[in-house]
Amino acid sequence: MFNYTLRRLIFAVPVLVLISFVIFVLIDFAPNDPTGNLPLTIPAEVREKIRLGLGLDEPTHIRYLLWCKQFFINEPLNVFEQLTGWSVGDPDRLRLRSWSTHSPVVDLIAERLPQTLWVVGLSYILGICIAIPIGVMSAYRQFGWFDQIGTFIAMVGFSVPTFFTGVLMVVVFSVQLDWLPSIYDTTHEITGWSSFAFQIKQMIMPVCVLALYNAAQISRYMRASMVDNLSQDYVRTARAKGVGERRVVMVHVLRNALIPVVTVIAMGVPQVFGGAIITEQVFRVNGLGQLLISGIQSADIPLVQTLTFLFAVLIVLFNLIADLLYGLLDPRIRYA
Amino acid sequence: MTLKSTLLAAVAVATISVMAARAERGADGHLNLLYWQAPSILNPFLSGGIKDTEASSMILEPLARHDENGQLVPWLVREIPTVENGGVSADMTTITWRITPGLKWSDGTKFTADDVVFTAKYCMSPEGGCQQESKFFDVKTVDALDDLTVKVTFEKPKPYPYGPFVGHDSPILQKEQFKNCVGAAAPNCTAENFAPRGTGPFRVTDFKANDVLTLEANPFYRDPGKPGFATVTLKGGGDAAGAARAVLQTGEFDYAWNLQIDPSLLAEMAKGGKGEVITAFGAAVERMQVNLTNPDPALGPDRSTLKGGAHPFLTDPIVTKSLSMAIDRTVLAEVGYGAAGKPTCNVLPAPALYRSAANDDCLIQDIPKANQMLDDAGWLRGSDGIRSKDGVRLSILFQTSTNAVRQDTQALVKSWWTKLGIEVELKNVAPAVYFGGSQSSPDTYQKHYADIGMFTNTFTGSDPETYMKNWTCAQIPAPENNWLGFNIPRFCNADYDALADKMSQTAVLEDRAALAIAMNDMLVQNGALIPLVHRGDVSARAKNLTGVRMNSWDSELWNIADWGRAQ
Repeated sequence: MFNYTLRRLIFAVPVLVLISFVIFVLIDFAPNDPTGNLPLTIPAEVREKIRLGLGLDEPTHIRYLLWCKQFFINEPLNVFEQLTGWSVGDPDRLRLRSWSTHSPVVDLIAERLPQTLWVVGLSYILGICIAIPIGVMSAYRQFGWFDQIGTFIAMVGFSVPTFFTGVLMVVVFSVQLDWLPSIYDTTHEITGWSSFAFQIKQMIMPVCVLALYNAAQISRYMRASMVDNLSQDYVRTARAKGVGERRVVMVHVLRNALIPVVTVIAMGVPQVFGGAIITEQVFRVNGLGQLLISGIQSADIPLVQTLTFLFAVLIVLFNLIADLLYGLLDPRIRYA
Repeated sequence: MTLKSTLLAAVAVATISVMAARAERGADGHLNLLYWQAPSILNPFLSGGIKDTEASSMILEPLARHDENGQLVPWLVREIPTVENGGVSADMTTITWRITPGLKWSDGTKFTADDVVFTAKYCMSPEGGCQQESKFFDVKTVDALDDLTVKVTFEKPKPYPYGPFVGHDSPILQKEQFKNCVGAAAPNCTAENFAPRGTGPFRVTDFKANDVLTLEANPFYRDPGKPGFATVTLKGGGDAAGAARAVLQTGEFDYAWNLQIDPSLLAEMAKGGKGEVITAFGAAVERMQVNLTNPDPALGPDRSTLKGGAHPFLTDPIVTKSLSMAIDRTVLAEVGYGAAGKPTCNVLPAPALYRSAANDDCLIQDIPKANQMLDDAGWLRGSDGIRSKDGVRLSILFQTSTNAVRQDTQALVKSWWTKLGIEVELKNVAPAVYFGGSQSSPDTYQKHYADIGMFTNTFTGSDPETYMKNWTCAQIPAPENNWLGFNIPRFCNADYDALADKMSQTAVLEDRAALAIAMNDMLVQNGALIPLVHRGDVSARAKNLTGVRMNSWDSELWNIADWGRAQ
């Protein structure tokens, strides 16, 4: 197992380097321009100077290597220094800076991570909590009324886009009923019960919209996996031995049925960090998804490059975790 | 003392005491602003984006600025320097600003002429990447004559010397704070760029880039009774429709900026009763850029350049005149812009002094007459209904940026031009590409590989000299100058260049206006530009928000110190 993990990790390095290069080239070839969003009243020669100031006159491979140096050497050193208080080498080393804010990209990401994890992460957990019971019930009484309703809700959650459900909720709960705020306050600090209640209130809508979407996906996996397992021989054996129905379903079948679902859940975790671009826009949660989209709009190459690369790292990492979990949960599977 | 003067004095005293009762700093509590494009940085010298300059205008201030009528008003100075009051030298090469005594920065230190001199040095430093550098074009030196006097010397006579330190995009930075951030170090000063100290009514308490800005009243602000609000939140993100909803329907926010959405949707939201839609007009005009050169792809690198030769039919003034005549500008303004658009026939529709009345006949659509004109000129319909003359077919590629309103306009125009017997092909390009100016892309507005392009342009401040210079021969984009320059129609006329030259040597305002009008008429009547809609800015404010004087010539938040809440 350890050898396997190590091998996979080592193999991930060239894959990630290749991914980072492909991302960089793709973004670089896109005909966007960092001065494209500036007012037309700024004359062309000033624009040209702005481009030069951002280092856009250098050839692509030089800029890629610079990004590599900043991302793989300078930024980790900075984090190390901040954690330990030791200073290593030149304190004024070049940091990886966003072109639109001129501030370090890593700081921007750190600023956005909390709201993304709170809202998107919570919706993911909530989605799982809703999906698993629905999946179990639907499979146990397959084609019964509960299964039909569950299938219908899953279909709605899956096919209706979040920009529709989000705006619909705003119109109903903020405009018509005036119960919930339509705009998420990222500066809100929890200091007591009333501010905690406000935090819950402002999270209800975005979390619900996303939870519906997540639950729809996972509940279908759960149902399919349960259906598969319920018809297995070991279930009949357990029932024949007189094991209670509750114990058969909740212990034997559920545990086996969860194996593929757990890996699906693990592989979905990077999406949480990726934020929910549309839902974050609708409710102005301004997390990582909104950061990415604003970076793309302003052709902020260092920011977009870094964010997409971090997502790639997370995807590679959680794929590995999913594989390892599979081995842990199912003793029949062994990696050598 | 007569009875009348006694009464007047009594009224005056009463007024002052009423004002004093109301005027207390921070008495109106908290103000919520919504800018759906969130500010990225609060140093307007490092970002020319409107969202950024507007946000920083609550903190940083210029020496003088424009009010909502486009008039210059002294802001941190005692008066606007002119030749008459001796502030501008007779040869028009220097301007001397006299700073109001007693001004303080938000950290309590004195505001001096040194700060102004430093600001010029900051923006003019070659490696700093200053995005407002055009404000400092032709500046030779900036000197502090004493603590409160600044003299700007230009390299050549400047009849309109109100570039540097005028307007919200050219404010004063504090020397003490930014002294280590000059030149190449400028972008690295994140702490300074995110929380500049200013003389404005508010100072930064927290800034999350691309998300939210929180401010508090500046305790050292020059007017002890202002600002009316104690704290301000400027929230960003989302889209314009959601921003309008937050002010007009849910009432969560007090003011939302730039609500360029479907006018009927906006009117529907305004029925919510929580707020109202407000507009202000600057000089922005949505116009068609006629290509006077040949965009034929067969010309290769000479495509759409003077070298490639004249356009096969758009250089015929009859054709461009009938194209313009077939357009119903009133419909375009209503459908696309609602209250924020007025039909116009001028490239330069404002300020009022500069507005030409010579072209107003275009306001009335007349398709039969346009057809008649084309018939008379020998452009005859072929078997497919498309007009041609000497083997040249009237077939137009009409290109603009991707934007719902622009695509509506394109569709309407196509339907009108088809009635003239003109073939129209529509194309739209993503804004970041169209306006991006990338050398490698064939789709930028400067390359103009189309017969007609369309977008909006305007100028900062209220003086159109530089703006009108955009259509001189030297400003034509071509491969030799890396496609830079704003003369998109490739209009080249010696008489026009002579007028532009004359304007840069004329100081008397009325004469300048006459020149600008002549240039406007020349552009429109020669068919280089087809103006469509005079565009205003649209915002929304809560019903109980007072003191808003929406301004298109400066920041919309220019007088935020006077804002308050009705009880």
